[in-house]
Amino acid sequence: MNQQQSNLEEHYPMADDHIDGVVTADDRVVFTTKDLEVYYGEFRAVREVNLDIKQGEITSFIGPSGCGKSTVLRCFNRMNDLIPSARVNGEVLFRSVNLYDPQVNAVEVRRRVGMVFQKANPFPKSIYDNVAYGPRLTGVKKKGDLDAIVEKSLRDAALWDEVKSRLKASGMGLSGGQQQRLCIARAVAVEPEVLLMDEPCSALDPIATARIEDLMQEIKNKYTIIIVTHNMQQAGRVSDRTAFFTTEVNPESDRRTGVLVEFDKTATIFSTPSDERTEAYVSGRFG
Amino acid sequence: MAVTASIRDSSSNAVRAALTGGKRDVRGMLFALTLLLCLLGALLVLTVLMWDVIAQAIPVFQKRSTGFLTNDLNSSPDKAGVSQGIWGSLMIAMFVVLLAFPVGIAAGVYLEEYAKPSRFNAFIRLNIRNLAGVPSVVYGILGLVVFVQGLDWLTGGRSVISAGITLAILVLPIIIITTAESVSAVPSGLREAGYGVGGTRWETTRDHVLPYAAPGILTGTMLAVARALGEAAPLLLIGAITGRLASVQGQSLVEKMQGKFTTMPIVVYGWANEVNKPGEITGLTFEQLNSAAIVVLLVMVLALNAAAILLRNRFERNRQG
Repeated sequence: MNQQQSNLEEHYPMADDHIDGVVTADDRVVFTTKDLEVYYGEFRAVREVNLDIKQGEITSFIGPSGCGKSTVLRCFNRMNDLIPSARVNGEVLFRSVNLYDPQVNAVEVRRRVGMVFQKANPFPKSIYDNVAYGPRLTGVKKKGDLDAIVEKSLRDAALWDEVKSRLKASGMGLSGGQQQRLCIARAVAVEPEVLLMDEPCSALDPIATARIEDLMQEIKNKYTIIIVTHNMQQAGRVSDRTAFFTTEVNPESDRRTGVLVEFDKTATIFSTPSDERTEAYVSGRFG
Repeated sequence: MAVTASIRDSSSNAVRAALTGGKRDVRGMLFALTLLLCLLGALLVLTVLMWDVIAQAIPVFQKRSTGFLTNDLNSSPDKAGVSQGIWGSLMIAMFVVLLAFPVGIAAGVYLEEYAKPSRFNAFIRLNIRNLAGVPSVVYGILGLVVFVQGLDWLTGGRSVISAGITLAILVLPIIIITTAESVSAVPSGLREAGYGVGGTRWETTRDHVLPYAAPGILTGTMLAVARALGEAAPLLLIGAITGRLASVQGQSLVEKMQGKFTTMPIVVYGWANEVNKPGEITGLTFEQLNSAAIVVLLVMVLALNAAAILLRNRFERNRQG
């Protein structure tokens, strides 16, 4: 508890700088959602999400299972396109361009908005080829350039020292935490603006989790990060802002729909939330 | 004190009795025994069959050596050979590889990776499964009407071209189904990873989905070739030659492919109908020749399967990274 407290104190002054400081112009807003709703077939998974994601911050989405936090996250790089029954209403503005405009190319979106998944999913290729895959797709061919990108990305992901002597070894042979950092290296290799992380530490032990969290702090100046987490302490430790989602039961159909309850500075969410459902959740009374 | 000790003793003994004295799982052992007997029974039948065939075939290879493999069909068991059957069967395998592989794999990948799930899609899948179960003689009728009679200007009528195309169509559903199943078994995390770094559908399919599905696809395609090599019924309808097939000297490959043909299963079928009189020189009968022909056919299928297994192992090593 003490450890966590000191972490919070260390962290928040800087975060407050970010939030209340001088730079509040609109160009710091990376994403804006307007009445975002996602349906799976007839089922409305999440409704009326309105929030702004700011550049250079870590934003966390918390809430109970089924509240739609992952669904919303996957709207930011059109990953929901892969689910044939998924349908999106409302707008997701990325630098004021609506990602769901019919003219927008989802592939180009994903090159700018990278993603790290819940379960580490390295390609069944070598460590080098895992990281080099994205840059190769974008047309980087020269070995020297690729070597430089691979080294830089692995350094960014705090994995370089552990794997530099065996870049040709399979990515599948790494430990769980290393695999997840390899996936982060792979995601940052295409130099995205934003990194989406969908419960990246849920399968990792506390030591590997701590490494990923440190890593997030180190790279958040370069990449805006949005993280979905089940772990409230993690949200408290790493994020500048927190969005709390919960489920509401539709009395007619008895189906549960996710809804954004509250979105604020992380310190506020965890100390003086304005909604009593948030208070109940963060204090551990439900969820 | 003494009382507690005795209680502890007795309770410990009771635990020991309970843990070690359980009933033997008689039904489970009977079940395992039944499974083993079924396996042994199947192996026994197979062994007897193989032994019978090989024992009859050995004298043929001893007395005729390679002449059996290089000679044409003949009415004398001293001269008859399977070279035309081997050629016909290899041609058919080639048609299956060239026609059914690309079309079948492409159709399977489309169904699983590209087509949106819909009623129509489900209907098509159901019908492809049904096609895989259609008796092969029905495909023979199709081949007779369409390729032998309808397109005889192209195929030359009762030719190895008609037979090859017919068998390629026959095995197409098998290839489509196994491809679709292998592709659907690719973990979705792998696709997400490919799309997540900005891969297009084509790039993700080419670089991740197909390599991962390759071993399964390969197994299906080899089963398909083996099936085509073993088919006889549709070829009888198409008009493979069962008796004497005179080979014409100086034919071009196209002429040869448009001419009369036979295949290994048809040779076996034809020799089974021959009079079982020993040849005057070698003393071999058509029955023995037939066993030798079966051995040749088996070796062809086994060689194909071995090649497939080697290839699959290589793909699977690649899957590890």
